[in-house]
Amino acid sequence: MRYMMLVYSTEGPDGLAGAEAQRIYEGHWKVMEEATRKGVLVGAEPLAPTSTATTVRVQNGEALVTDGPFAETKEHLAGYYIMECENLDEAIEWAVKIPTACQGSEGCIEIRPMRWQSSRAEPEAIAENVASLNG
Amino acid sequence: MADIRSAAESVFREESGRIIAGLIRICGSFDRPEEAMQESFAAALASWPIKGIPANPAGWIMTAAHRKLIDAARRERTRLEKQDSLKYETQIAGSASYAQTEEAFMDFPDDRLRLIFTCCHPALNVEAQVALTLRTLGGLSTPEIAKSFLLPEPTLAQRLVRAKRKIQEARIPYEVPPQDRLPERLASVQAVIYLIFNEGYAASSGTELVRNELCAEAIRLGRVLCELLPREAENTGLLALMLLQHSRRDARVLNGELVTLEEQDRSLWDRGAISEGLMLVEKALSLGPAGPYQLQAAVAALHAETANSDDTDWPQIAALYEKLLEMNPSPVIALNHAVAVAMNGRLEAGLNRIEALGRSRQLDRYYLFHAARADLLRRLNQNSDAAAAYQKAAALATNRVEVDFLNRRLRQLKRD
Repeated sequence: MRYMMLVYSTEGPDGLAGAEAQRIYEGHWKVMEEATRKGVLVGAEPLAPTSTATTVRVQNGEALVTDGPFAETKEHLAGYYIMECENLDEAIEWAVKIPTACQGSEGCIEIRPMRWQSSRAEPEAIAENVASLNG
Repeated sequence: MADIRSAAESVFREESGRIIAGLIRICGSFDRPEEAMQESFAAALASWPIKGIPANPAGWIMTAAHRKLIDAARRERTRLEKQDSLKYETQIAGSASYAQTEEAFMDFPDDRLRLIFTCCHPALNVEAQVALTLRTLGGLSTPEIAKSFLLPEPTLAQRLVRAKRKIQEARIPYEVPPQDRLPERLASVQAVIYLIFNEGYAASSGTELVRNELCAEAIRLGRVLCELLPREAENTGLLALMLLQHSRRDARVLNGELVTLEEQDRSLWDRGAISEGLMLVEKALSLGPAGPYQLQAAVAALHAETANSDDTDWPQIAALYEKLLEMNPSPVIALNHAVAVAMNGRLEAGLNRIEALGRSRQLDRYYLFHAARADLLRRLNQNSDAAAAYQKAAALATNRVEVDFLNRRLRQLKRD
């Protein structure tokens, strides 16, 4: 089953900088390389820092666009991984390797199972999956 | 027929953990085995009064539950995900006879281990861990668990449903954790068992102080853990701790009123539990370096061995709490250490430590902190400060029996 690992980190306003950034990137590269080698990596991307974020809400048909992430939190979404794992314990073992430390503070990884198993989300496949959720 | 019912209940309690563990291994889910067990229980209640209690009750239950599983699989065949029903059909097809059931269900000791570790998986919240452990390993019914924790039945039922759904959706595996993960996972299991014990020992709410059935259940689970992982010293330490604390149950409440350890009639302590507890403390210490449960058990052992509270070995108890503090510098342990120091003839020193803890504000909402402080102030004849502290403690305590005790102390102070 696929799991998404959401990487939460504390970060400065302009994201990572300097030697710290280098250390983190190397850590991620190691995980991606090992996961690819083992055939479990489906995807992984860093996100540009929260200073580049834009939030969109719709109220009464009107688009409300604001600067910044949807909520002011100490830890922000810094990136994600998607991995194919047998079970939660395997996903946890990978999550433990993913670096979150940023400018001396710790972050965390949120693991979410991904419900729709088909890699191509066709209408019939989605309907079938939704139906099985209600079953 | 109450006899048959209670016989059936006690068999189910004893055996259901083992049986459910095997059923889960075979069909790969929590829901269906549980339903199957509930249905076999109903079937037992219908059949045993007429046909008598079977010679091999566990075998009877296994066969019945197995049959229910097969029936359920057939009914659900069209609705199950393809994966599940395939696994199901290949393993269960045609094996409805008793002999084949026996083989399929051979008691793999690993089964119950898998069950315990899965129920206590850290990805489940603690309330869910407790409920699931009591339901599957403990064989307690949902109403029984709800009653033990003074929760409405639907709340408990929901908790179980959500826990099982999380296990399924997040794919929490039905496995014993690998060696390198075992320490932290085992700590989860021990914490759940001790939580259950504590809920029975010092009930957090309600009108009864002690709920012996919960304590007994926790002890039983502790024994199972020791049986399954005998070389883990802390398992033995935990069991010893629970037995020694449980040994005092008949002396703790007199005429509905709480009696402190100091004032308890020690002739009412359970000697059998004490001797087993003492033996286990020694055994645990021989198995490896002392962990927190073993240290706490050693403290309990010191109380248990002393016929007269005046002869309590407070210096040794204080030393044990110091060791505990090194492992786990928690404010509650610091509180216990302070009390031991005070009781060791150094009331002022103990009080000073408690005041220092008070300044950290961490124990502000903890009624036992205020109760301990009140008690020391009382012994030092600082009555008005003691009274204020008893009032704070009584306001924070949630169990009726403890509140009454604190108010009684308050009234005694006002009389002096």
